[in-house]
Amino acid sequence: MSKPKVAFYWCASCGGCEEAVVDLAERILDVVAAVDIVFWPVALDFKVKHLEAMQDGSIAVAFINGAIRTSEQEHIVKLLRKKAGLVVAFGACAALGGIPSLANLTNKEKIFNRSYHNSPSVDNPTGTVPKTETIVDGHTLKLPEFYETVYKLDDVIDVDYYLPGCAPVPDLIMEAVLAILEGKLPPKGAILSPDKSLCSSCDRNESKPEDITIGEIKRVIDIEVDPEKCFLAQGIICMGPATRDGCGEPCINGNMPCTGCFGPTDSCRDQGAKMIATLAPLLEGDDEEAVRKALEGIIDPAGTFYRYAVSGSLLGAARKEVE
Amino acid sequence: MDVFEPKIVAFVCNWCSYAGADKAGSLKLDYSADVKLIRIMCSGRVDPQFVMDAFREGADGVMVLGCHPGDCHYRTGNIKAMKRFMLLEKMITQFGIDSNRLKLDWVAAGEAEQFQKVANTMVKSIKELGPLKIEGFVKSEVTNV
Repeated sequence: MSKPKVAFYWCASCGGCEEAVVDLAERILDVVAAVDIVFWPVALDFKVKHLEAMQDGSIAVAFINGAIRTSEQEHIVKLLRKKAGLVVAFGACAALGGIPSLANLTNKEKIFNRSYHNSPSVDNPTGTVPKTETIVDGHTLKLPEFYETVYKLDDVIDVDYYLPGCAPVPDLIMEAVLAILEGKLPPKGAILSPDKSLCSSCDRNESKPEDITIGEIKRVIDIEVDPEKCFLAQGIICMGPATRDGCGEPCINGNMPCTGCFGPTDSCRDQGAKMIATLAPLLEGDDEEAVRKALEGIIDPAGTFYRYAVSGSLLGAARKEVE
Repeated sequence: MDVFEPKIVAFVCNWCSYAGADKAGSLKLDYSADVKLIRIMCSGRVDPQFVMDAFREGADGVMVLGCHPGDCHYRTGNIKAMKRFMLLEKMITQFGIDSNRLKLDWVAAGEAEQFQKVANTMVKSIKELGPLKIEGFVKSEVTNV
């Protein structure tokens, strides 16, 4: 019997998810022995035409990381969807929009103005901006279109499973790969990580007082962070309460608060709103003035509470002016 | 046609504000039909997700009405609501939603006139702001979803 075929692809991403595959270390040899990798632009020299030539449904599973920002990304993931039996949204960007989806709080026009005109380091006297078509020596060249909005993968194609994290941790990747190889598949749409909040397995949970009161929001650079004590009890915003478990707490163990990359649990529809529900009542004082003062420490609430999940939020993006 | 009838969702607490709205009804005080009431046990039960969802589903404005500070049936539910609300108000502007589309106020059980005033003032201010027309995702860009 031939080995199951596997494809990897990256969209709007940083390459960290590819790195996470390599982080399987020697276990990657077991994976490579068990599957045939048929498409992996970052590592192997297969072309899109090879992918196009494959029979529909002939790839067992496609792991797709990154958010969808351009027409090219949309095209390839739709192609992969046709060729693959299973599609796994690999990492925070594919699952929830990730860091790139923070761009949904602004818009394409502002991004282009900044990147191609106004940024102090830009030298663009002719005012050139990317276009989808250009003519060079009589030939028309086409470039992908840059969309108004950053999409998560399941806005564009049907997704079977989600591997959360920025990047997903090797243990979860290995579990997912084994489950697929052994045919022990969870229900469609499952997020392949425990459905409980990070706090439930955090070592610092014990140190959490009965009632947390935050007088002033602090950043990790403002104080010497106690390596044993709950971050929220120290006045540092930790996304643990609104974030899914399963990462193994590398940030907490590195004495840094959770920033929420695993996204929310199944029972929560909007990570940022949930974090507001959790965090705000902890602020000290009963009158508006005291609360307003405490809130001064939260300079960028949307960027803090939806750092990896703007596309995956209830609103998905900032309001756009429409006719 | 073309008269803007805003959709305003009002979360009202069971013990004070809903009773206040009820009293406004029994006293036959007119208030705008644009305000749709949702009774909840306490303003502290209003999860910010409810507010985000209301906007997503097409509300032009959202109100949260609770007992006056110190009068909460559950002691501090309204204070929790106030804190959540203030943070949510700060964040919602980052999503391009005018903070005036969000309102927190206190209406006691006996304050029928106060309820009428709060409801009608909200309708007036939303009418001035116009329809929200939330279009978070421009679905037309990608098809075949």
